[in-house]
Amino acid sequence: MRIYHFSEEPYPDAWGAQRPSLRITLPNELCDPDVAHRLYNRYIDEWMLADELGFDIMLNEHHSTATCLTASASVILSILARVTKRARLLVLGVPIGNRPDPIRVAEEMSMIDVISKGRLEFGMIKGVPYDIEPANSNAVSLMSRFWEAHDLIVKAMTTTTGPFSFEGDFFHYRNVNIWPRPYQQPLPPMWISTATPANAVEIGQRGHVMATFMGGIAETVKLHKAYAQGYQAGGHGSQVPVDRFAYLAMCGVASNEAEGRRRCDLIADYLRTNAQVADPFNKPPGYFSVEAAMRSARSPNPRAFRTLMTPKGRPVELSSASLDDFIECGIAFAGTPDQVFNQICAFTDGIGGLGNLLMMTQGGHLGPEDTCDSMRLFASEVMPRLKARQAQAQFFEAA
Amino acid sequence: MGEEVVELDLNGCKLPVAIHGQGRNILYLSANLWFVDESAFIQRLAQHARVIVPTAPGFGPGPVDRRWNQADDLAYLYLDLIDAMKLTDVALVGASFGGWIAAEMAIKSCAALSSITLMDAFGVKVSDRFTRDIADLFGLPDAELRARAYVDPSIFEADVKKVSDEELARRMRAREGLARYGWSPFLHDPKLLARLHRIKAPTQFIWGARDQIVTPAYGRAFASHVPGATFTEIANAAHAPQVEQPQAALEAILSFANVQR
Repeated sequence: MRIYHFSEEPYPDAWGAQRPSLRITLPNELCDPDVAHRLYNRYIDEWMLADELGFDIMLNEHHSTATCLTASASVILSILARVTKRARLLVLGVPIGNRPDPIRVAEEMSMIDVISKGRLEFGMIKGVPYDIEPANSNAVSLMSRFWEAHDLIVKAMTTTTGPFSFEGDFFHYRNVNIWPRPYQQPLPPMWISTATPANAVEIGQRGHVMATFMGGIAETVKLHKAYAQGYQAGGHGSQVPVDRFAYLAMCGVASNEAEGRRRCDLIADYLRTNAQVADPFNKPPGYFSVEAAMRSARSPNPRAFRTLMTPKGRPVELSSASLDDFIECGIAFAGTPDQVFNQICAFTDGIGGLGNLLMMTQGGHLGPEDTCDSMRLFASEVMPRLKARQAQAQFFEAA
Repeated sequence: MGEEVVELDLNGCKLPVAIHGQGRNILYLSANLWFVDESAFIQRLAQHARVIVPTAPGFGPGPVDRRWNQADDLAYLYLDLIDAMKLTDVALVGASFGGWIAAEMAIKSCAALSSITLMDAFGVKVSDRFTRDIADLFGLPDAELRARAYVDPSIFEADVKKVSDEELARRMRAREGLARYGWSPFLHDPKLLARLHRIKAPTQFIWGARDQIVTPAYGRAFASHVPGATFTEIANAAHAPQVEQPQAALEAILSFANVQR
């Protein structure tokens, strides 16, 4: 099992429950460049520590927001490609349906793969609803554009014999011939994240790594089954290696339970701030199906971020949930190293095996000392046990 | 009066077309906005004329091919509709988004058109690049949209609990449909303004005097590029005179179309 350290590089000084929106409309006069300077360098230091401790590294990007200073994952990836030594570098991901120029994406990812000597894990995402506005991309055609960009990027990164032309519905190039080609041949590992079974089937057909975020056991199993169905239909076989699956959860560890829980509770503000989006940027037209938009409009809380069911069938709205709710749902692991180990084992057993655990070990107001202490404890007391244990379950059986 | 819905097959596009009433042909291109319900006005118009109302791809319940993504596509589709239905002497009426499509049709061919009425239409860019000509329909909360669209916003039922599933679905499709055709460039065609000189049919602009989606000043600038066009404000109406002042809108449309009453 690979274990990734993830932070969104938040700027929590600008947060506040009284603010109607932390995204899209929050003026950047609230961003002190000196504070941002310190934060960027602090988060890079934490990723470097992750590299030393045996974690792999994950980062993402969001736009126009105080919840995530990584406005360009390529910028941070480029730095990490140079200053880290061994960790896999996962971007999860590049919002390729929102990018005007997929060839530029192929070039940047190839450069990062070469600079890091083949450590890139290349993730592609649809992007959250509130990233539609900063990109000004039309959500009505988002997934068509996503798959066209995907096909073009793969072709660009794997073509070694000189220029090809591309005339699609969205993108046009007369001569595509990227330099450099990727270090990992023919292609770095490709990842796609999703929350819907229909997309999971498509990802499975291509055999890419599928990442799912904070869905709990029941939702995750549903997605893994859909992936397995696509995986088999794509001719990859009926057994899915668990390294095709990744799952994102929050994690806070400390030498005593109360402190571990306190740390994770601070990280969980990541989820609690998700619904803080100016209306109507949380529902760009075309992003959700008409049926889903109708269900949302008719629901008691139309501004809800995401509702999960606990294993006992109790609904939990993530933007207002408690830490115990998060732990019960399997989207937070918190407490002492023993507790965290047991929680992770219960979750991974519950879903039938997992190859990549993506851990939000930093979030919200969790400061550098607590973050680093939590990571060190995890690396010394949880990670070795997880790695040894996971060696047993290698395949996901759809049936 | 009667209403008939036919499905035309226009070059592979299955287009639902509602035909209301009898008499003079009025091709009515709806505003198709989620915060405007024009059904009562269409019934009213149909007491005096044969009102033909197509449902644009993406605005109805049927599947939609992704090739439908520009106002131009609808303009050619509706010119095909005129040919297929063998319509002549058509009074073309377009409200809001429908007005944009009507203008796009008219710059291509006015052969079958006897008159054109554009009501609170958008579709052109008239100000400089840092000035927003058209209210950000996808970025404003619904309450503010209603406040801009109506003198009295309470005329529109905003409580979704009180509307039917059919009406709620219409609203959701309308929002997605408008984005399909008008996301970027935002609700306009950068080429349209310079082509308006090609409009050969008599054209009138009628405009809610208190429209804050597209202001009367925008409407006058739009109209100034159409040869011989008139511009008339409708008092006590904003973006939807057909809803707030239906009698005034009706009179303006019918008299310009020379419908005998």
